[in-house]
Amino acid sequence: MRVMSFIGVLGLKGAIGLKTKNKELSPVHELLEKKYNGGFLNRREKIIPIILFFMAAVSVLTTLGIVLTLIFETFTFFGDVSIVEFFTATEWYPFSKTEAVYGIWPLVLGTLKITLIASLFAVPLGLAVALYLSEYAGARTRKIMKPILEVLAGVPTIVYGFFALTFVTPFLRGLFPSIELFNAISPGIVVGIMIIPTIVSLSEDALSSVPEPVRHGALAIGSTKWETASKVIFPAALSGILASIVLGISRAIGETMIVSIAAGSTPSAALNLTSSLQTMTSYIVQVTTGDAGFGTTIYYSIYAVGFTLFVFTLAMNVLAQFISKRFREEY
Amino acid sequence: MENVERIKSEEMINRIDSRLTKNKVVKGLFFTATLFTSIILIVLLYRIIVQGAPYLSWDFLQNFASRRPEQAGIKAAVVGTIWMMAVVVPTAAIFGVGSAIYLEEYAGKNALTRWIQMNISNLAGVPSVVFGLLGLTIFVRLFGFGNSILAAGFTMSLLVLPVIIVASQEAIRAVPNELKEASYGLGATKWQTISRVVIPYAVPGIATGSILAFSRAIGETAPLIVVGIPTFVAFLPSGVFDSFTALPMQIYNWTSRPQEEFHNLAAAGIIVLLVVLIMMNSVAVWIRNRYQSR
Repeated sequence: MRVMSFIGVLGLKGAIGLKTKNKELSPVHELLEKKYNGGFLNRREKIIPIILFFMAAVSVLTTLGIVLTLIFETFTFFGDVSIVEFFTATEWYPFSKTEAVYGIWPLVLGTLKITLIASLFAVPLGLAVALYLSEYAGARTRKIMKPILEVLAGVPTIVYGFFALTFVTPFLRGLFPSIELFNAISPGIVVGIMIIPTIVSLSEDALSSVPEPVRHGALAIGSTKWETASKVIFPAALSGILASIVLGISRAIGETMIVSIAAGSTPSAALNLTSSLQTMTSYIVQVTTGDAGFGTTIYYSIYAVGFTLFVFTLAMNVLAQFISKRFREEY
Repeated sequence: MENVERIKSEEMINRIDSRLTKNKVVKGLFFTATLFTSIILIVLLYRIIVQGAPYLSWDFLQNFASRRPEQAGIKAAVVGTIWMMAVVVPTAAIFGVGSAIYLEEYAGKNALTRWIQMNISNLAGVPSVVFGLLGLTIFVRLFGFGNSILAAGFTMSLLVLPVIIVASQEAIRAVPNELKEASYGLGATKWQTISRVVIPYAVPGIATGSILAFSRAIGETAPLIVVGIPTFVAFLPSGVFDSFTALPMQIYNWTSRPQEEFHNLAAAGIIVLLVVLIMMNSVAVWIRNRYQSR
């Protein structure tokens, strides 16, 4: 019996790749343990890593679950709708009873519009703040800005959505009356606000991890702070900065509530930014808020859209990892 | 000859001047950008407080949702959020810390461990709406939990799990080796060392990271919408298999109505949400500062 369980544990140990033999009781201890405690301690030492391994496996199962769910349900969707139509049609019109068209392009375009505006807003601003904090600001300014950025990062996206709809949109419409109630600019800017903390904190980490002697060297040969920052520090931190931008863009692509509230729900293949549009994320929200019955084509379409979205964000995340590994300056 | 020298040095001084001016202009620009970012936050908070504060009252906290704005409240939403967090906190904490202990203390440096680690960091970048699709398929449909507290709670737990794992790993990694060796030296087993030396030492770090993760779960809306959590609920749940609504769902519902009164209610709901989040964050920061000196 004991041998059997020993072999079982050994097998599992091999399978889950334990680092070292568990630190077990000394032989004398073990005998005492067995006599008075029924070998409880030793058995516990063997069982606990197995339990912990299964806990760690949950993350892997989650990834698998996401990928398999998206793939299977997307396959079901492509049983109803041709894959060629999905990639080539330029209309997304699923709610028509007679002539539903499922071309992903308008939703992708919507996402790209929001992401473009968000990056145009957040990248210059975020980099300026990061450079100011790491190269110019004193300890006090940094001490004030850190919590401000943390709060900005912690504000739920539903709150940003509310802000976009009730403040930014009316504000922009006051300046430019041609902007419609639902548009790309207002949610785009607010998504930009949302990703500023990501860009600032990661870029600032990259900038301040450039060693002080490098900075001092540049200043000592007579460079101004700006010359030091732009010609020495910025290039040295470039990989981290690029990675922060890519991660920010990835968050913008996946952002859901701001666009659901302020961008409207009209899939549009038009290039203008002032009228209502729909993104991949807000389509999923629109369908799941409504009563699209389980098993309908519309129901399965959210998985196809979700899959596309997943591929986009995964590509961005992998790109960010690649950039920060490949172009890292080692000191 | 002297003249030429003079012109040269004048030119040099001019050039230095222009370089210094450039530096000043850039510094001013960067400072403005920093100021602008802070102003955005101030405007955001100011707008919400001005709009929502008049609607905050004891009745607002005590009433259920209503079609009439003056009678509407957030009781069901607040109670629902508490119920959901009662599922999320133990689930995510146990699995998150368990995974971290495994990865830091037991896992070998092999391909499998690297793969698990890569999985975790990629999961952290998956949009929350996609987690919603997972919850809808697995918990709502496959396990048949329906749009219940349990389904939403499990979905949220998976969403915040990567954050908790990474934070716990860092906290566990920061435990000094001497402490562990001392414990082994006294004859403690590995698990005794982990449970009585490593974890107690790492608790502040784990708590800080977990509280921040939980505050994210409280504010997330998209996964709740996708798993089909209703917004108009006029009863309190009595168990984890009951249907419910949550604070961000209620805010979303009020925001998406055209009437101004409902927007004001949404602002009032946002104030309640932000107060809860700021309290949680303050606790996290307090723990961090208190134990940082160690």
